[in-house]
Amino acid sequence: MQTLRRKDILGLEEMSAEEITLILDTARSMREIIQRKIKKVPTLRGRSMINLFYEPSTRTKASFELAQKYMSSDPISVGGSSSSLVKGETLKDTVRNLEMMNIDCVVMRHPVSGSAHYLARNVDISVINAGDGMHEHPTQGLLDMFTILDKKGRLEELKVVIVGDIRHSRVARSNIWGLQKMGAEVVVAGPPTLMPPDLEVFGVKYSPQIEDAIGDADVVMALRLQKERQEGGLFPTLREYAELYGLSPQRVAHAKDDVLIMHPGPMNRGVEISSEVADGPRSVILEQVTSGVAVRMAILYLLLGGTKEE
Amino acid sequence: MKTLLIKGGRVIDPSRGFDAQADLLIKNGMIEAVEKGLKAPAGTEVIDAEGQVVMPGLIDMHVHLRDPGREYQEDIISGAKAAAAGGFTAVAAMANTDPVADDPAIIRYVIDRAAGAVARVHPIGALTKNLGGTEMAELARMKRFGAVAFSDDGKPVVSGTVMRNALQYAGGIDALIIAHEEDPYLFEGGMIHEGAVSSVLGLRGIPAEAEEVMLARDLMLLRAAGGGRLHIAHVSTAGSVELLRRAKAEGQNVTAEAAPHHLLLTDRAVKNSGYSTNTKVNPPLRSEYDRQALWAGLLDGTIDAIASDHAPHHGDDKDVEFDFAPFGIAGLETTLPLMLDELSSGRIKKLTLPLLVEKMSTAPARILGLDAGTLQPGSPADVTIADTNRSFVVNPETWHSKSRNTPFAGRSLSGAPVMTIVGGRVAMKEGVITEQE
Repeated sequence: MQTLRRKDILGLEEMSAEEITLILDTARSMREIIQRKIKKVPTLRGRSMINLFYEPSTRTKASFELAQKYMSSDPISVGGSSSSLVKGETLKDTVRNLEMMNIDCVVMRHPVSGSAHYLARNVDISVINAGDGMHEHPTQGLLDMFTILDKKGRLEELKVVIVGDIRHSRVARSNIWGLQKMGAEVVVAGPPTLMPPDLEVFGVKYSPQIEDAIGDADVVMALRLQKERQEGGLFPTLREYAELYGLSPQRVAHAKDDVLIMHPGPMNRGVEISSEVADGPRSVILEQVTSGVAVRMAILYLLLGGTKEE
Repeated sequence: MKTLLIKGGRVIDPSRGFDAQADLLIKNGMIEAVEKGLKAPAGTEVIDAEGQVVMPGLIDMHVHLRDPGREYQEDIISGAKAAAAGGFTAVAAMANTDPVADDPAIIRYVIDRAAGAVARVHPIGALTKNLGGTEMAELARMKRFGAVAFSDDGKPVVSGTVMRNALQYAGGIDALIIAHEEDPYLFEGGMIHEGAVSSVLGLRGIPAEAEEVMLARDLMLLRAAGGGRLHIAHVSTAGSVELLRRAKAEGQNVTAEAAPHHLLLTDRAVKNSGYSTNTKVNPPLRSEYDRQALWAGLLDGTIDAIASDHAPHHGDDKDVEFDFAPFGIAGLETTLPLMLDELSSGRIKKLTLPLLVEKMSTAPARILGLDAGTLQPGSPADVTIADTNRSFVVNPETWHSKSRNTPFAGRSLSGAPVMTIVGGRVAMKEGVITEQE
């Protein structure tokens, strides 16, 4: 089997369509493992990993840990409040110390954009970006693509609409790069104040009115809306946002019958998405979570296990 | 003090419109004569400058020497060495030290420390007490102790009332105010220039308007004050250049400077370097459009001076995640080589050596009111000699500054200072600093 010829996974902007295809193909066989009764393969036995989470996370952290355990590696997870960051140790010192314990890989979530690049430059082991600030969240982008591919059978020429706070979203950035590389069309919708400046650089179309975008969409993805954006004066109230941009049953009724509704979680029910839509028949939000484990197993395998016999 | 005869160089002195091959005689620390075929009196040290450029000593009118308070980053002695190594005979040091230079005692401290330094260090006093932006500092008393200008640089003066009063008051005592133009609300948490690059990298943007609206305000306040002199620090945007061009056309008493990193780099450097914190600077590296506008402004006289905004930071402070790193680039030892390299590359068509000397010596001396920036006989012998053909690679490890933070490390440049003479004394020769006895 092929492997990824790279040390780190930092973002999808810098990844090729071939690499993304390889990861998605590999994830398919990994999902088969998760569905077994005994969910364990020896592929990464004897490999150790550190999951460094400088920001709270439930889904991504659990997903990485399970992926690591299903592949028989030995993960340790360190959270922000229990880590030495609070004692003033620098990131570089923290990871260099951990590196001396002979770990093979660091998975890191960090509130500052570019931290994964910084870390990757400073250590010899593999770095997997589990979300850096507002920059990228590549494994989320991959699991979203995996979910779409699984349901639709293709990514080429699909129309994917991403609704909400594109400006501050690492999930949006990873999806925008990844989906377009795989041949999908991406349209973003939401208030102008939540769009990144010079949006053209991403190669996406912008639709201020969600209705205009949604009509012929194959996928509609809502993003989590953070309360502090309202406090920062980017829009007036959560209820006005919900009224203009929330995925309500009425709005989704205008979409195609086979539209996929997605959300990276955690959801603000009643704000960017209503419960009827989130829990409705077109929603694949929970499938996204399952995809997450498979995609992360695939990445770990392709980065660390590819040279060994399975 | 030795008598020096600098022979055979191309002498450029924009203060007198002089540009010709000539000899330069220095006696008792003063310029004695500038002529062709000067004879060396007995005991004279003859310096062969054939094929080199002889200029009035360069002046960096915007540096941070961190002294007092953060001497682990730089101090007056090391900063002056870095200046001399970079071809500068004088620098003007900003007031954002610890304690802030907002009191005659601190001005006096800087001047006393500078007496033992290899280059001239002129203190700039704070405009407001503790850079607080509310109460005016003792401008006249600091001026009497040797402050050459007043600035809260590093911080904007947020209150329009405070700025208006300061301009009016300074006009009464013929004091120069240097403004750091930044609207703190538009700036809010920004990291790099707001635009395509900040969007892709997910870094908070600093919009061009953060600088421009404050500059527009201060130009209006200057007009209303009916007097006073205002100098704009580190101009970084096309909009600012346009505002300044209009203000100058109206005859407003305003001058401006640009920094080499803004003239040579854009926000793409942040991306290309993989978020290197050495590209993090305030004002931020802007767009190519802005960069071009700065050159246009420099060439047409809208921007009067080139100043490094030398902002030394310790390696440890910069070796962190992007958001956590301080803003700043150390520029004393790269500014002249970068400019000479730009000249020799021919990338900027109308750029000439006399223009560079004007921007780096004549104009800063005029703006700060210094007895410098000229090779007029009878003037203090501050002289810089450069070799425009000397090639080297920027290596911060060889610097005299205590800091190493530069985005230009590894760049091959053509053009370097070879001698810096301060008051008739050789302070730097071929990169070697001659300490004060």
